[in-house]
Amino acid sequence: MKFTNRIRKTALSAIAATVLLAGPAIAADVDSIHFLIPGGAGGGWDGTARGTGEALTKAGLVGTATFENMSGGGGGKAIGFLIENAASNHGTLMVNSTPIVIRSLVGRFPHNFRDLTMIAGTIGDYAAFVVHKNSPIKSFADLLAAYKANPRKVAIGGGSVPGGMDHIVVAHAMQAAGEDPTKVKYIPYDAGGKAMAALLSGEIKALSTGFSEAVGMAKAGEVRIIGVTADKRNAAAPDAPTLKEQGVNAEFVNWRGFFAAPGLPAAKANAYRAAIAKMYATPEWEAVRARNGWVNIHNPGDKFVSFLEAQEKVIKSLMKKLGFL
Amino acid sequence: MYDGIMLGVTAAFSLTNLTMVVAGCLIGTFIGMLPGLGPMSIIAIMIPVAIKIGDPSAALILLAGVYYGAIFGGSTSSILINAPGVAGTVATSFDGYPMARMGKAGKALAIAAIASFCGGTVGAILLIGFAPALSSVALLFHSAEYFALMVVGLSAIAAFAGEGMVVKALLMTVMGLIMATVGESALFNAPRFTMGVQDLQSGFSFITLAMALFALPEALFLVMDPARANQDDADKQIKDLKITRAEARAIAPVIARQSIQGFLIGVMPGAGATIASFLGYAVERNIASEEEQKEFGKGSIKGLAAPEAANNAACTGSFVPLLTLGIPGSGTTAILLGALIALNVNPGPRLMIDNPTIFWSVIISMYIGNVVLIILNLPLIPYIAKLLTIPRNYLIPFILFFTLIGAYIGQNNATELLILVGLGVGATILRFANFPLPPLLIGFILGGMMEDNFARAVNLTDGIQFMYQRPMTLTLLLIGVALIALPIWRRRRAKLSVADGD
Repeated sequence: MKFTNRIRKTALSAIAATVLLAGPAIAADVDSIHFLIPGGAGGGWDGTARGTGEALTKAGLVGTATFENMSGGGGGKAIGFLIENAASNHGTLMVNSTPIVIRSLVGRFPHNFRDLTMIAGTIGDYAAFVVHKNSPIKSFADLLAAYKANPRKVAIGGGSVPGGMDHIVVAHAMQAAGEDPTKVKYIPYDAGGKAMAALLSGEIKALSTGFSEAVGMAKAGEVRIIGVTADKRNAAAPDAPTLKEQGVNAEFVNWRGFFAAPGLPAAKANAYRAAIAKMYATPEWEAVRARNGWVNIHNPGDKFVSFLEAQEKVIKSLMKKLGFL
Repeated sequence: MYDGIMLGVTAAFSLTNLTMVVAGCLIGTFIGMLPGLGPMSIIAIMIPVAIKIGDPSAALILLAGVYYGAIFGGSTSSILINAPGVAGTVATSFDGYPMARMGKAGKALAIAAIASFCGGTVGAILLIGFAPALSSVALLFHSAEYFALMVVGLSAIAAFAGEGMVVKALLMTVMGLIMATVGESALFNAPRFTMGVQDLQSGFSFITLAMALFALPEALFLVMDPARANQDDADKQIKDLKITRAEARAIAPVIARQSIQGFLIGVMPGAGATIASFLGYAVERNIASEEEQKEFGKGSIKGLAAPEAANNAACTGSFVPLLTLGIPGSGTTAILLGALIALNVNPGPRLMIDNPTIFWSVIISMYIGNVVLIILNLPLIPYIAKLLTIPRNYLIPFILFFTLIGAYIGQNNATELLILVGLGVGATILRFANFPLPPLLIGFILGGMMEDNFARAVNLTDGIQFMYQRPMTLTLLLIGVALIALPIWRRRRAKLSVADGD
């Protein structure tokens, strides 16, 4: 999964944005966007859609943004709705993330991302391996050594079901390290916070979680990050080593992005993509992004397609090996 | 620490922060009274407002005010129309609603308010005194202990297993446990018993089930049996808040015990207000005298005070793992954590050192919030209780309306309405057949967590030896067994002695 494209705020684009904003009442690029959120209020999808909508409208890129929560079937209901009512939903963008790939693969959704118009991947989070600050495990190599000695004694927890994202990340890393991913003793928790509590209480030896979630705890000095699935170290936690630099070639990005109805005219899709591309350079977006601790991972249009296909391939082969397919 | 507390007191008593407490409490109480709108959705609605405020102390004080205001207000719909909007107030309806039916709505609301106030206040005092030390308590429990804790909580069903009802109550509990398995659980990557229905993939929603089992059959019964709704004689009593001295003496120890027990359970990240209220109810019922036990489930003041004190204390307790470890113990505190991070505050062991003003002003404001809540609520109770004197041809449509809205609003999913009506009809039939419905809901709420923790513990120890590996697990399991076995044994002995007398 190397198709991540980090947007950097360069001085140039900042100047361009200032000039743009200073211009006399430029009409919005897109009149309005209706955001379809496949889950309830307060979740990750909800925050992403509302934050993006807020930045787009405040920056003047989009005239108005409306939001609709449509939960059901773990997100499947909204996907089905967008496909069945495609013709009347050209003004709708649906937010989604890595689980759309996973849940389509296991057949939980009757559709998959190819049935939709892929607009752009906008933000993301890397995965991280975390241990207790007092743990004898100090690096990913230590974890591997313990795993080699007896995999049943190395309980690794996560905040998703077996075969879900956190589990797949563990299996991905173990496979890249040359170990048997099916031997992983994965302990699922129903939320990342509960998994973190289990790590601190000593119930599990290591935790597979989102990088941004791990950073806060590492800063507090409670836990140690022993491996990040990014290609290089992140400025938010410069002490946290990547898996790659420890000789384990495993990268993983939990992306979030936007989809539109199938059969959307190309001009309309490109207008959405252009508005989102412009958004990155605006101070309004930077405020929203910083507030939420998101990482810009911009994959517009075709790049989004190839990114998703590559991610699907990796996940599919892992899930086959783990026996979920 | 003393300096910190003083810093917090000064900050909490500033005009802005006092306004925040009052505003938060008011918003929370009034929205919380509507069935179906729990603290989680109210806080989610309030987060953009909080972020606009910008000052992290003020924002968090507002959100915390909304949180316990909602818990406070949530008991109102449980007591008046048998429609618990939050899982934490289900146990409140067990005895609160029968009291309202007997025309003692005012008294029920007053007892709930006082028990909530005491629970919240004791919680806040414990938080002020021991928050840093309690962070280790939060990490005491493993999955095995959580499983054992759920077993103890399940013993609350004993209250509904009265004369000739044991089999029926057990049947309903099993039914609830079965319903908890529908959908995708946290542990198995496969939807179970969804019969291909996509809307069942995430299982039955708690609010839909609570409305279908409690509020809907009750409203239908009021339609079918006009005598039930006839409260003309009770009109004088309904607004009466007066609690006699004997009653006060009866509930005081209950409130004291449950405030502490509830707080400690709230500190555990895997338990929370719901478990605390069921455990409080179960423990108080099983240690009450035989005479008082008969009252439980039929309008016992002890049965009302126990869960109300426990769930408020637990809500305060749940701030311990949030503020000292940065770990959210419930869905609501998870949303609060998100808001904190958005405000550039990193909760965790360093919060108290890096941001003592935020840490202490939030804790102190909880204490103020409780005082505000009781001052706001006590004078309002007669008016709120009077809702029940609305003629039933207006009241029942009103209840049905809020029941349906409550089930719809959380999910924004119209299928919930079909499920609600379908289950509601089923529940009404069960009530005709004299089956107690609370055990079903208890089984449903505890079942999911019980199964998850059991499966996790089995997975961790590669077997069921976790049941006796840690002394804490074993002790809790033994308490659970004792709580279930004790009343049965008592009754059998009573029967035997009667037989001997013949």
